[in-house]
Amino acid sequence: MTAVDTPTEVLARAREQVLDNGVGLSQTDILTVLQLPDEHLEELLALAHEVRLRWCGPEVEVEGIISLKTGGCPEDCHFCSQSGQFTSPVRTAWLDVPSLVEAAKQTAKTGATEFCIVAAVRGPDKRLMAQVAEGVKAIKDAVDINVACSLGMLTQAQVDELVAIGVHRYNHNLETARSHFDQVVTTHSWEERWETLRMVAAAGMEVCCGGIIGMGETVEQRAEFAAQLAELAPDEVPMNFLNPRPGTPFGDLPVLEGSEALKTIAAFRLAMPHTILRFAGGRELTLGDLGARQGMLGGINAVIVGNYLTTLGRPAESDIDLLTELRMPIKALSATL
Amino acid sequence: MQDGEAAATGFDPMAVVFCGQCGELLAAGDHLACQQRAELEPPRYCPQCARRMVVQVDPVGWHARCSRHGQYASD
Repeated sequence: MTAVDTPTEVLARAREQVLDNGVGLSQTDILTVLQLPDEHLEELLALAHEVRLRWCGPEVEVEGIISLKTGGCPEDCHFCSQSGQFTSPVRTAWLDVPSLVEAAKQTAKTGATEFCIVAAVRGPDKRLMAQVAEGVKAIKDAVDINVACSLGMLTQAQVDELVAIGVHRYNHNLETARSHFDQVVTTHSWEERWETLRMVAAAGMEVCCGGIIGMGETVEQRAEFAAQLAELAPDEVPMNFLNPRPGTPFGDLPVLEGSEALKTIAAFRLAMPHTILRFAGGRELTLGDLGARQGMLGGINAVIVGNYLTTLGRPAESDIDLLTELRMPIKALSATL
Repeated sequence: MQDGEAAATGFDPMAVVFCGQCGELLAAGDHLACQQRAELEPPRYCPQCARRMVVQVDPVGWHARCSRHGQYASD
């Protein structure tokens, strides 16, 4: 790749390298893709969609998420309304196990195969681990669904415990490029997050790791982030777009332009042709209904349906109807095991 | 309360005084931005007293509890 590559040349190379051979683009080429003029957006999305169909198939993995412990987090992630360090209106709440099971049942009714239990903590303590263990068992006894967790940074013993209780996937987002991380979080490091991800992968749990686009990073840092995720090779990459939360340091950042978000989706698909690339938070604000459709036809092959942790999403039926219209079957539970 | 929010059991809609999104008096300002935000946000403030509520979002709805006025929930 040189500076003289035209958009046509870089897309042609992506077609051969990623579509034909299944090899993700380099950081340099990802940057070129992110910088493509808007008149190439349609062509870029079409290629990313082809790559997704070629290497992942037409199925879409559907997931629901729930906050087990909301608010009061000691960390200072500048995008997060659940940090106890900011003047956010979000108050601390704990969900009981029966409510957790009910949420899993609601999620399964949509056809989802994944249910992720999330806690706003630096890392789990004994009380939280005990509640997660009780909750996972209760869900497995009542609902046919895969259970994932997102509980912050883990010790090796906690990783082993989650494996033992049957958690099949662990979410821990790197959030942004390594070079931008200290502008987003100061209470822990990118490397500490990486270490948890390394332990999770080594223990045999599936790794879910993505981040949030639109937190003041440069386009170069967006390309860097995609390359760093590709190096990690997670099973799933959730793509969030910043929804500026009142009271947080990022509360006044502008919402990402829809075309930028779509280019990022396509670029991440071309960087990671085999991964599960999931639409997550902020898409309603950044992309709206039309953008959601374009994203599904531009490299995305998984969605979080219904509400998020502290904010509301599109009704699950809207996303399911869209998948039906696009003739994208929901991945069956048997296909995920 | 904003559109899309449901009342607590026994809740008198006439008792709505405060904006569930910003906690300010509904009579003060137009709260248009709050109404737009309510499409993707549960209420955070009790519509009767503006206390911050404990809110739990689940995949299909939300529940909110005011320490003085009790529970609210989505439809």
